[in-house]
Amino acid sequence: MTRFIFRRALLALSVVMTVMAMAFVLTRLSGDLAISIAGPGSTQADVEVIRKAYGLDRPVLVQFFDWTRLALTGDFGNSFFFKDKVSNLIGQRMPVTFTLGFTGLAVALVISLPLGILAALNENTWIDRSVSLLVMVGQAMPSFWLGLILMIVFGLQLGWLPISGTGSWQHFVMPAIVLAFTAVPALTRLMRSGMIEALGSDYIRTARAKGLSRSSIIFKHALRNAAIPVVSIAAVQLGFMLGGSIVIETVFALHGVGYLAWESISKNDFPVVQAVVLVLASIYIGLTLVSDILNALLDPRLRGA
Amino acid sequence: MTAILDVQNLAVRFGPTLAVRDASFIVQKGETHCIVGESGCGKSVTALAIMNLLARNARRDAKSITFAGRDILAYSDRQMEDVRGNRMAMIFQEPMTSLNPSYTIGSQMTEVLRRHHNTTKDLAEQRAIGLMQRVGITAPEMRLGQYPHQLSGGLRQRVMIAMALMCDPELLIADEPTTALDVTVQAQILRLLAELKQELGLGILLITHDLGIVARVADHVSVMYAGEVIETGRTADLFANPSHPYTRGLIDCVPVPGKIKPGEALGSIPGTVPVMKDGFSGCAFRFRCPLASEVCTQTVPRHEVGPDHLVQCHLPSRQGAGQ
Amino acid sequence: MPRLKEIGFVIGLVIVGVVFVAAVIGPWLTGHDAFAQNLNARLIPPFWMEGGSSQHWLGTDQIGRDYLTRLLYGARISLFIGILTVITSGIIGTTLGVLGGFYGGRIDDAVLFVITCRLSIPVVLVALAVVGLVGSSLTLVVTTLGLLLWDRFAVVARATTMQIRSLDYVNAAWCSGCSPLDIMRHEILPNISSHLMVVCTLEIALAILLEASLSFLGLGVPPPLPSWGLMIAEGKDYMFFSAWVIMIPGIALFTLVLGMNMVGDGLRRAFGTQVIK
Repeated sequence: MTRFIFRRALLALSVVMTVMAMAFVLTRLSGDLAISIAGPGSTQADVEVIRKAYGLDRPVLVQFFDWTRLALTGDFGNSFFFKDKVSNLIGQRMPVTFTLGFTGLAVALVISLPLGILAALNENTWIDRSVSLLVMVGQAMPSFWLGLILMIVFGLQLGWLPISGTGSWQHFVMPAIVLAFTAVPALTRLMRSGMIEALGSDYIRTARAKGLSRSSIIFKHALRNAAIPVVSIAAVQLGFMLGGSIVIETVFALHGVGYLAWESISKNDFPVVQAVVLVLASIYIGLTLVSDILNALLDPRLRGA
Repeated sequence: MTAILDVQNLAVRFGPTLAVRDASFIVQKGETHCIVGESGCGKSVTALAIMNLLARNARRDAKSITFAGRDILAYSDRQMEDVRGNRMAMIFQEPMTSLNPSYTIGSQMTEVLRRHHNTTKDLAEQRAIGLMQRVGITAPEMRLGQYPHQLSGGLRQRVMIAMALMCDPELLIADEPTTALDVTVQAQILRLLAELKQELGLGILLITHDLGIVARVADHVSVMYAGEVIETGRTADLFANPSHPYTRGLIDCVPVPGKIKPGEALGSIPGTVPVMKDGFSGCAFRFRCPLASEVCTQTVPRHEVGPDHLVQCHLPSRQGAGQ
Repeated sequence: MPRLKEIGFVIGLVIVGVVFVAAVIGPWLTGHDAFAQNLNARLIPPFWMEGGSSQHWLGTDQIGRDYLTRLLYGARISLFIGILTVITSGIIGTTLGVLGGFYGGRIDDAVLFVITCRLSIPVVLVALAVVGLVGSSLTLVVTTLGLLLWDRFAVVARATTMQIRSLDYVNAAWCSGCSPLDIMRHEILPNISSHLMVVCTLEIALAILLEASLSFLGLGVPPPLPSWGLMIAEGKDYMFFSAWVIMIPGIALFTLVLGMNMVGDGLRRAFGTQVIK
């Protein structure tokens, strides 16, 4: 088990290094960084000063290793725009994004687990089809549009919820619902297929032959096995949600890491953009590791080996 | 001799297909009754039908199914749940997949006792350990905490047997319990079942396709073909005096060392088991029977050809009348 | 109840077909130019609402452009982006997946590594960053999405290739002296194509949704091109009073994506296999 974790951690590290390289290349895409920073209307002299000041006159590889070295210690440099350390900026916004992510995941699980079980118990009936339809509708819904609609309905017409900002828990309700929509289709399908498979298995036939009650069979025996892949995929979905929060945070003006990234992109604030890509990717990688560990923990067949 | 299970005219259909058309047999207390037949003859469906464990789209019908004097045909789901695992237990063919991989052996064994009787966890575990010892499982205390994947197929089947006995049932239904096991393990399991039957006065309904097993363990046999019991009788009688052409064919198929001359073809019954649909009448075996005639298209009567030995065929009446 | 399932597939096909036809010939039929502004006719509501006019069936936007024409033009953009993206991502992903699944060993390890790296990247963020840093254009959006959305192709191609590789008829081809390229072309690709078709439809839908998100945030298709996402963004300021401004393009977007998903679902059922995760 520990060897397994070690190997996965090593793999994760290599992926992080690769993503670092990518993020670095990403921000160099617009050509000469010094010109972009200096802005239009600057003279050649200004550009040279900036180039020296930001160390952009050094060879690219040196810049890369320098940045990597510092990044591994958590120092992502300073933001061009905010006049603060990038790590501080990210650190301040992280709680919002995490709150949004975890709440969204919780909502998604609350919706998709019962729906999936319901569909599996009524396989091939109109209930099952309705759930499938619901899932497809959810999958086709553009998240930003759903966000706007919710704003109109719940924010304006019903006045129940605030439409932007991060004041209270109410501010997270609509964003969390929209975020949940992105994960519900996959989780519902997984729960449904897992339950159908579990319910058709030999050990369920044994459980019925033992005279166990219907609820015991469904919730104690079948669900325990069907839930394993769902739990581990949920961790990965959380990774996707955290990475994809940029759209929702922008629509609802939630000041999280995604919103920070969007602001930084529009202001050409490269250090921030680089760092955010790296941080979000690392979180995702960490979550896939968590997902594998959860899988191994929950399935006795994988535990001992 | 008291009958623990009495099945009369059981029929099971899946849509238009009749998996079981007419099965009637009696399992005596303390005896092993084997149902033997080819694949597709409906023997497993019969076993599941008795426990009412069939799939949702199955329709079960019978004149009566009497268990320990009670008519369980009309039992509701709830009533049947109380009987299953408690007074009537079943073990299956695939020990590798018949146990829940996510729960320990101990929890799966104790749960059936605690479901049906009010006992504490400790007492249930004590009983589980005792039963595991009885069925020949070494280190039973350790097994309580182990998971199914940590046990071999033979051990798992023993666990299944022990689990089936937790509530001290009166009837054990075993659906091909040794088919998936090695030959040596097969013999051990069969011997174990015979011992338990003696000790506990269990009635055993054993489903199998293997005549060898029938010869070895059965006190009473029912031969099934295409959803019907076509011959039933005490094992010795049936082997000594097989009356139905199918039974004779089956017995002939088993090669006996010393009796078969080299170069001689092994016995076989040409053809395959037909799928029974609505509207079929007469004998289902007539397409493969070497002694078939036109009368075989009519409803087949049941004859008594010996004490406790019944056969469903036209031949005895033909022999009685014409010969 | 197979018929009910088939209804979904048929509905999906109809939707996609209608959108396709509307996209190709629609903008010509309306008699309006998608880009012609008319500041005297701003924010006219659709004809079924109060103040609507028969001149502009779906009304006009905030600078007087005919909404219906823009909507139909936007269909062109969505379909264009969807299809081009999938061609690029399909080629990249299928190549990677088939190579990894076919050769196994080190090559497969490398392919898996690349796929993992790609999956770790926050796609929307990176796409936004690229467009933001280089400048929005239709070509850039298509290229970026094409270079980013190949993961499902790779995963499915790899999994199905691995399944087929060990089958007997592939071994037979090996034995008769076929080169790996021949085997990949003649044995593997035809047999994984049905799975890839399913992935195609789903990825087109995803690409359309992603482009809409990018354009909504202002970092996708540049104005004045009437991308549906952009139309929603432009209408956002007026949505509390004239909700139809965002509802109409939103419904169009939702319907097209739903239609494509239904087609993909129907295809998956028709080929009788589960999507390989």
